[in-house]
Amino acid sequence: MERMAKRTLEDKLAILSDAAKYDASCASSATHKRDSSKGGIGSTTGHGICHAYAPDGRCISLLKILMTNFCIYDCAYCINRVSSNVERARFTPEEVIRLTLEFYRRNYIEGLFLSSGIIKSPDDTMRDMVRIARDLREVHGFKGYIHLKTIPDASPELIEEAGRWADRLSINIELPTDAGVKAYAPEKDPNTIRKAMADTRLRREEYAEKSHTGRRKGRFAPAGQSTQLIVGADGADDRTILGNSARLYSSYGLKRVYYSGFSPIPDATAKLPLVAPPLEREHRLYQADWLLRFYEFQADELAAGGMLDLDIDPKLAWALQHREAFPVQVATAPREILLRVPGFGTKTVDRLLKLRRHRTPRWDDLRRMGALVKKAAPFVEVPDWRPGGLTDSENLRARFAPPKQLALL
Amino acid sequence: MHLTLPRIGTWEAFRSELRRVAAAGVPPEEVSWSRGTAEGGLDLVPEADLAPRREARAPKAFAGFARLVAHHSDPERFALLHLLLDRLQSEKGLMEVRTDPLLTRLYRMEKAVRRDLHKMHAFVRFREVDAQGPRRRFAAWFEPDHPIVEPGAEHFAKRFADMDWTIATPDLTAVFEDGTLRIEDADAGPPPAEDATQALWNTYYSNIFNPARLKPDAMRAEMPKKYWRNLPEARLIPSLIAGAEARVRAMREAAPTIAPARAAAVAAQLREKTMDGGPDLFGHNSLAALNADAEARYPYREGITQLVPGEGPADADLMVVGEQPGDQEDLAGRPFVGPAGQLFDRLAEKAGLPRDRVYVTNATKHFKYEPRGKFRMHKSPTLTEIKNVRWWLDEERALIDPKVILAMGGSAAYALTGNKKDMLKRRSSVETAMGGRGEPVFITVHPSFLLRLPDEESRAREQERFVSDLKDVWKMVEAA
Repeated sequence: MERMAKRTLEDKLAILSDAAKYDASCASSATHKRDSSKGGIGSTTGHGICHAYAPDGRCISLLKILMTNFCIYDCAYCINRVSSNVERARFTPEEVIRLTLEFYRRNYIEGLFLSSGIIKSPDDTMRDMVRIARDLREVHGFKGYIHLKTIPDASPELIEEAGRWADRLSINIELPTDAGVKAYAPEKDPNTIRKAMADTRLRREEYAEKSHTGRRKGRFAPAGQSTQLIVGADGADDRTILGNSARLYSSYGLKRVYYSGFSPIPDATAKLPLVAPPLEREHRLYQADWLLRFYEFQADELAAGGMLDLDIDPKLAWALQHREAFPVQVATAPREILLRVPGFGTKTVDRLLKLRRHRTPRWDDLRRMGALVKKAAPFVEVPDWRPGGLTDSENLRARFAPPKQLALL
Repeated sequence: MHLTLPRIGTWEAFRSELRRVAAAGVPPEEVSWSRGTAEGGLDLVPEADLAPRREARAPKAFAGFARLVAHHSDPERFALLHLLLDRLQSEKGLMEVRTDPLLTRLYRMEKAVRRDLHKMHAFVRFREVDAQGPRRRFAAWFEPDHPIVEPGAEHFAKRFADMDWTIATPDLTAVFEDGTLRIEDADAGPPPAEDATQALWNTYYSNIFNPARLKPDAMRAEMPKKYWRNLPEARLIPSLIAGAEARVRAMREAAPTIAPARAAAVAAQLREKTMDGGPDLFGHNSLAALNADAEARYPYREGITQLVPGEGPADADLMVVGEQPGDQEDLAGRPFVGPAGQLFDRLAEKAGLPRDRVYVTNATKHFKYEPRGKFRMHKSPTLTEIKNVRWWLDEERALIDPKVILAMGGSAAYALTGNKKDMLKRRSSVETAMGGRGEPVFITVHPSFLLRLPDEESRAREQERFVSDLKDVWKMVEAA
C-alpha cells in the first residue's frame, strides 16, 4: 500500500491497461450521432473509428482501462483475481478523466471503455465509475463514446444512472455455461447476470417509449449492451456456446457477443493450465455468430457435431452438408436462399437483388458484385455457368480445406 | 474546351461548372478538366458558349457519390464523372448497375476515397503547441493518398470544436481557429515536436497489446506501413513483436505462486456475506416461503432469466391460471405483464373484476422458447413438463384456497383438471380441479388466442365472449 502512493500516472496506466486487455470489446459504433458544434468536446460517428492497431491485430478504438485491478473475486481465468500476485493500482476518477480527455484531444481514441475489479462492495465500485462518466459529460461536455462495464450486483439506481451517461453497457458472462461459472468464478451468479441484462433491456424499452406528451424519457445506453464469453477455458463446445449466444441475442437484445480465446496471463492459477489461445476457433465462432445475426441461420444448424470445422468457414461447412439445397438459381432465388450461398456476403446479395431489377446476373457480375466466385462456383447457377456434377462431387471439401500436413512420428 | 478548377474549393467549382456544361449540352468528349497546379483560379467558359438548353438530371445519390470521386487523385476523375452524368440522362438506373465498366471504375475510386477519409479520421495525431489565446492549440501532419483535406477536415471541425488546430498535408492545410474552418494552400513545414502526453499514449499502446495473440499481418492490413511514419506508437511495433514470444514463454514457465495473505481473508468475508440473508425454509405457510423453496427445486431453467411465481393477495377469492410466463414476464420476473397479460387486465376491468381480489399465476413458471434472431418464439410446455411442476400450482391452490379458479387455455386446464381434451368444446363450462379441495374450474381461452385472431370482426366477437366469461366467473365467486 505504501508503494502505491509513489506510483506515477504512467505506472498506473501500464498496470491498469495491461489488466484490461483481456476484454475483446472495442466497438465505438451504433450510438446516436452528436458533436461539439454547440459546445463541449467530441463527437460520435455511426460506424466508429479504429485509431490504431496493436501487433495482436486488435483495433484500438477506446481507452480501455480498469479503474482498479484490486478485486475481491477469485475467478480462475482472470489476471486480477484476488489470489494473483500481479501488481495492483488504482486510478482516481480525476486521473481517468484527464487521460480520456487528453488522449481524445490528440485523436488517439473515440472515448473511454471503463471497467473495474470489485472492491469493497459492488455499489462503491459502480458509484466511482458512474461519477467518472457523469463528470466527463456534465463538467467537461464530453460528447465522445463511453462504454461502462456494469457490476451485476450494483443497485438499480446506479445502473440506471450509468445508462444515462454511457453509450454502451456490458456485463461479461465469461464462461459459456452455468456450471463453468460455478467452477471457475465461484463468487459470480449467472442468474444475477441474466437478471441484470434483462433489466437493461427493459430499461432501454422504457426510455425508448414515448409518454402521452409525445416526449421520450431520454436516452439509455443508445449503443445497447454486449457481453463476452471466454473460449477454451472450460470444456464448453461450440454448439453450447452458439446456443447460448442465440438465447442472449433473442432474450436481451444484445448488440454483440464477443468471444475471447483464453489467453495466457501472468501469474496463472494451477486450476487452468496455460495453452496457446485458440485463435482459429475464436475466428470461426465470430463467423458463426455473424451467420446467426445477419444470415438467418439458427444456432442448431451450425456446429451440429459439437464443434465448428476449423479448416473451412461455417457457411461452407453447412453447404457441404446440405448439397441437396444447391445449386441456387441466382436469377430467381429469394434473399434468404442467396444468403446461404458460400462466398456471398450480405452486400453481394443486396447488390445482386438490385441488379436483378435490370437484368439477369451473369458469371462476371458475381465477381464484380464482390462475391468470392471460387467458393460460390459449385453452389450457384447463372446463364453462363452450371456446376453440373461439381455440386455433389466427393472431393469438393478437399478443394477448400487446406491439406493437413502429416505429423512426424 | 478545357476547364481548370481551383485547388481550394475544387468540388464546388466542379459541380457548378459541370452543371453549366451539361445544361449547355456540351458532349463529354469535347471537354477536358484539370485541377490547378498553382494558385491559378478557374478558367471560366464565356457565358455565351454555354447557353442552357436543358436541365441535367441526376438521381439523388449522384451528388454525394460524385463529391467523393472528385477527391480522388486520378487526373481523369472529372471527365469520368462528366461521362456518368451524360449517360444518366438516358440510362436511368445506371447507378445501380455496378457491373458497367464505367461504374465499376468509379465505385472503385469512391471506395478508395472513402477508405482514405476513414484512415485520415483514424490516424491524424495532434500534438499540443503553444496557445496564442485562451483556446488550446494543436497541430498535425498527415499524408493521405488522395487530396481529401477539405472533406476530411469537416469531421475534425465538429469533433474538436473547442480547440484551435491545423492539419497540414502535402496538398492543402486545414486551419480551425475560433470555431471557423478554412483551407489554406500553404506549406506548413515539418511536423511539430512531440508533446508529453505522447509518452502516456505509448505506454498504453504497449500494455494493451497481448503478446500471446501475435497477428502482425492483421495489424498491417488495417494499419498499412505507409501510415507508420506519422504514428508515434508505430515506433514500438518492432520491439513488441520481437519480445512477444519470450514474454509468453515466461508466463507459461512461471510456476503458480502462493496467493497473497489478503486473499484468504477476503474469501472468508465474502462467504460470510452470502450465508446470512438466505431464505428461511420452514414449510409453506406463506407464499414467499413457498416460492423460495419452489425456485430451488424447479427443474427447468435453461436459457431463462428467472422463474416467474404467481402474484396477488394470499386470500384472493379468484385464482387465474395462464399457461407460462412470456418474453416480458421472463425479463421482469412478474406474471401477466406482457401483451396477453395487458389485454387480460383491460378485459377484466371491462367485466368489473376487482383485481385486488384476484391471484394470477401460470401452469409452468419458466418461459419456454426458441431463439429466432432478435426475438424469442414462444413454445408451449409439454404435458410432461406441466405434470412435473404441478406441485407448485397445487401448493398455491392450498395456500390461497380460492373460491373459484379460472383456467385460461389448454395448458392451464390440463394442469388443473388433468383433462387435455379439445378446449373449444369445453369453453365456458365448469369442471372440478384435481386433488386439493376440488375447487370449481371455469374454462376459457387464453388471452393470447384473442391477440392472434387475424381480423377485427372475430377479435371483437371473441373479446366480447371472453368478457362475458369473466362476468360469469365473478358471479360464481360472489355466489360461493
